Amino acid sequence: MDIQRLISMANQIGDFYESYPDQSHAQKDIADHLNKFWALPMRKQIAQYVAEQAGTGLHAQVQSAIKGYLKV
Amino acid sequence: MDEIKYNPNVDYGTPGSQSTKQITLMVDDRQVTVPDGVSIMHAAAVAGVMVPKLCATDSLEPFGSCRLCLVEIEGRRGYPASCTTPVAEGLIVHTQTPKLADIRRGTMELYISDHPLDCLTCATNGDCELQDMAGAVGLREVRYGYDGENHLKAAKDESNPYFTFDPSKCIVCSRCVRACEETQGTFALTISGRGFDSKVSAGNKDFMDSECVSCGACVQACPTATLIEKTVIAAGTPEHSVTTTCAYCGVGCSFDAEMKGEEVVRMTPSKHGGANHGHSCVKGRFAWGYATHKDRITTPMIRKSIKDPWQQVGWDEAINYAASELNRINTTYGKDAIGGITSSRCTNEEVYVTQKLIRAVFGVNHVDTCARVCHSPTGYGLKQTLGESAGTQTFDSVMQSDVIFIIGANPTDGHPVFASQMKRRLREGAKLIIADPREIDLVANSPHIRADHHLKLRPGTNVALISALAHVIVTEGLVQEAFVKARCEWDSFVAWRDFAALPENSPEALSSELGIKAEDVRAAARLYATGGNAAIYYGLGVTEHSQGSTMVMGIANLAMATANIGREGVGVNPLRGQNNVQGSCDMGSMPHEFPGYRHVADDATRALFESAWGRPLSAEPGLRIPNMLDQASEGSFKALYCVGEDIVQSDPNTQHVTHALEQMECVIVQDLFLNETAMFAHVFFPGASFLEKNGTFTNAERRISPVRRVMAPKNGMEDWQVTTKLSEALGYPMNYSHASEIMDEIARLTPTFQGVSFKKLDELGSVQWPCNDEHPAGTPVMHIDEFVRGKGKFFITQYVPTTEKVNAKFPLILTTGRILSQYNVGAQTRRTQNTAWHPEDILEIHPHDAEDRGIKADDWVGIVSRAGETVLRAKITERVQVGVVYTTFHHPESGANVITTDNSDWATNCPEFKVTAVQVARVSQLSDWQKHYKTFSEAQIAFAGKKAEAAKVG
Repeated sequence: MDIQRLISMANQIGDFYESYPDQSHAQKDIADHLNKFWALPMRKQIAQYVAEQAGTGLHAQVQSAIKGYLKV
Repeated sequence: MDEIKYNPNVDYGTPGSQSTKQITLMVDDRQVTVPDGVSIMHAAAVAGVMVPKLCATDSLEPFGSCRLCLVEIEGRRGYPASCTTPVAEGLIVHTQTPKLADIRRGTMELYISDHPLDCLTCATNGDCELQDMAGAVGLREVRYGYDGENHLKAAKDESNPYFTFDPSKCIVCSRCVRACEETQGTFALTISGRGFDSKVSAGNKDFMDSECVSCGACVQACPTATLIEKTVIAAGTPEHSVTTTCAYCGVGCSFDAEMKGEEVVRMTPSKHGGANHGHSCVKGRFAWGYATHKDRITTPMIRKSIKDPWQQVGWDEAINYAASELNRINTTYGKDAIGGITSSRCTNEEVYVTQKLIRAVFGVNHVDTCARVCHSPTGYGLKQTLGESAGTQTFDSVMQSDVIFIIGANPTDGHPVFASQMKRRLREGAKLIIADPREIDLVANSPHIRADHHLKLRPGTNVALISALAHVIVTEGLVQEAFVKARCEWDSFVAWRDFAALPENSPEALSSELGIKAEDVRAAARLYATGGNAAIYYGLGVTEHSQGSTMVMGIANLAMATANIGREGVGVNPLRGQNNVQGSCDMGSMPHEFPGYRHVADDATRALFESAWGRPLSAEPGLRIPNMLDQASEGSFKALYCVGEDIVQSDPNTQHVTHALEQMECVIVQDLFLNETAMFAHVFFPGASFLEKNGTFTNAERRISPVRRVMAPKNGMEDWQVTTKLSEALGYPMNYSHASEIMDEIARLTPTFQGVSFKKLDELGSVQWPCNDEHPAGTPVMHIDEFVRGKGKFFITQYVPTTEKVNAKFPLILTTGRILSQYNVGAQTRRTQNTAWHPEDILEIHPHDAEDRGIKADDWVGIVSRAGETVLRAKITERVQVGVVYTTFHHPESGANVITTDNSDWATNCPEFKVTAVQVARVSQLSDWQKHYKTFSEAQIAFAGKKAEAAKVG
């Protein structure tokens, strides 16, 4: 899929959790959402983007969530 | 004395009573005990004594005008009308005496002296209450003769496409007028004139030019042939009837298909329908002719390329070709290149076997449904907060509401039968709050109804509104803390409360963003929190946004915080748009969930289905519809089995959808018609209409209702049989001999459906899930003692403005919706005479915006967005606010979704249909897309051997 679309979708998820007081937990929630609702090829693609492109364009919390908790 | 049970097939003459006080009286020689408050006529009917009547019917309040139902009561003087006289303890009533017989015969003489004596050639011969009463009272002569002044030459009004109004046969009983008022709530009819000049009038206009919405309530109520279906005039009275469920909106009305052999003569709303209680709308009541429309395709077709003409083939060849293509693609590209889409137009059983096929045969979860583009945020948001992906109430609950809060829904157009019930409650005095960018009819255009607050917010600011409402509730001490402490996760509440209380969430801070005065938001919040039983009803104006799921959770937050959940009269009520969109989600047609909303990664659930289905299943969530399309566009998704859905017309960014389909190698469409998606297909499986198959639909209140076959499928098979044949050809036989066996399997594997069977549905009529050992007759109201998830959970709802911004190039916001007479993509309703009300989609624009652009009424206007351009006619109206334009998407040539974008909800990818930045300008010709569409669709229709009538652009 177009990586820019995946970035945009992932950032939207990050936006939802941005106001949560426990931001370390929010990272888990972001990853949990991706794990539950994104198909594996999409997860692999965004994980690869974070690994290879330093996650440019992804919100910091989303990058951390992907690095820390995404199942691929 | 034997218990007397209510019999829905009896007309009790006047309504029943909810009183718990029992009254015993004598009617003729029979003792009867009835609830206090009912009429003597009703009590007599309960006792099996049918008092003659004409102006009374039990769907309407008593009127007392026909003077046929007079009775004698011992100890009372005169001859009171039994319909308007309430029962009292110990009364001794006589319904048949010589004096009463004289009076009734005299009354009937007067009626008949001004009535055509054409019974033998009358369309209601044998089905006429006037005829019945003439017989019942023993009318043998009319002493006045027939030559006096009369109404026999009164002209017929045949303007309505579905029914005729023949005033020469009218007895001015007012049943039609009262049905229009009490049942429908439109007040289109009246009795004009006095005395002999009294006549039923649609506001001194013909029916089509009047306020009439063609719901059929007047026709249903008419005791003579004055108001009668044109199909009955043409075909004669029906000879048998089968109760089934409407295939249109999410109200799920129960209908009696009244038949002559295998021909439907008329569809009449079932009095015992749990959702509709004998009422209907113009779609379900009249717009069923599409089932036999000449555009139906009943022979399977295949082709190698969408540039080729279709080749008509037999079922075996079509099935085998489809299977071989799917196998080839599976081998060549892998299982992730294949997926399926179901539709609300499928029965539960059809959805179930389709998702089973995709999961069991291919080992993937790439199966989605039309809820993706409508209420997927409801499924997500309510599951997160309350624990179950469905509305909390039964429709009847609204009659206990003191405050009705409608958000982003237009019930009189989208859910008309429920809207009539809601209007009844509003006329009784319930308060009304509406949050909608547009002035829907319930704001101020429905008789005797005016919203107490119309929060006319800017499109895209829902979450700002819900946060502002929450702020008022939290900061003004309106939270029901005892309820929250007992029923909800306290920590989540505290986090939400602290968030809501932030100054930036105050109505004052958000007023300019919302376009609403802060005091109006505060007043609405106070009313919702303190006005008694408060119920929220919402629609796609909530879900079809980039923050649709956030808004659903925000609604649940409000309901929990104010204790407006868990009993009658309150709750969170998503008005699901289509007949079986709830069911299609219940049945596991979601890429992350098995039937019953259980995640595919849950090992125990997966093991259950693996054991039952005998195949290994994937623990990975599958592709959603937009993901499938994105991957197809890029070449990795190659095959789609699309049952009953028309993604080319209904999904956003049409050109992206069609490009994706063009890249696929095997698109299989199963439908009644060569729909827009089928024009991009390689295999066409003809489908069966709802009249031609057995199964169930589940409506917006979780009510599972039977769909019953009343005629043989014109395509030769019910849809579930097509799917199981395909499955068998793919090496996975399913071995059902009847749809009921599919439901039995669903019940075995799905706890919320555990007690559901066709046998139970036959016994009860319908049942609301959860239906199990604990609730064998179903569950009308959910979350009574505890939430399904245990404790209710609050979620912080930070407002994040959409990225779909207006600017100098695209200064207006387009928002889309629906209209009463048309349904969804219009494939059904466009093939009925409902086009008389809505022949084309139009663009509503505010007078200021129109004037700025030199646009006049009916001008062609081009609407340009970042996604595309189309052309519609303009309607200038103040219903839309300045800066906002509005249209519907019922006609494919309109290209409404050519303009909408790929923006979607953060949690579910539900498209942001409600916010598209556009520019509008006068134009003189169709858009390039429309020109291409005209050429393309005409060619495709010709490829199928049909005349290119459907492509009527320009």
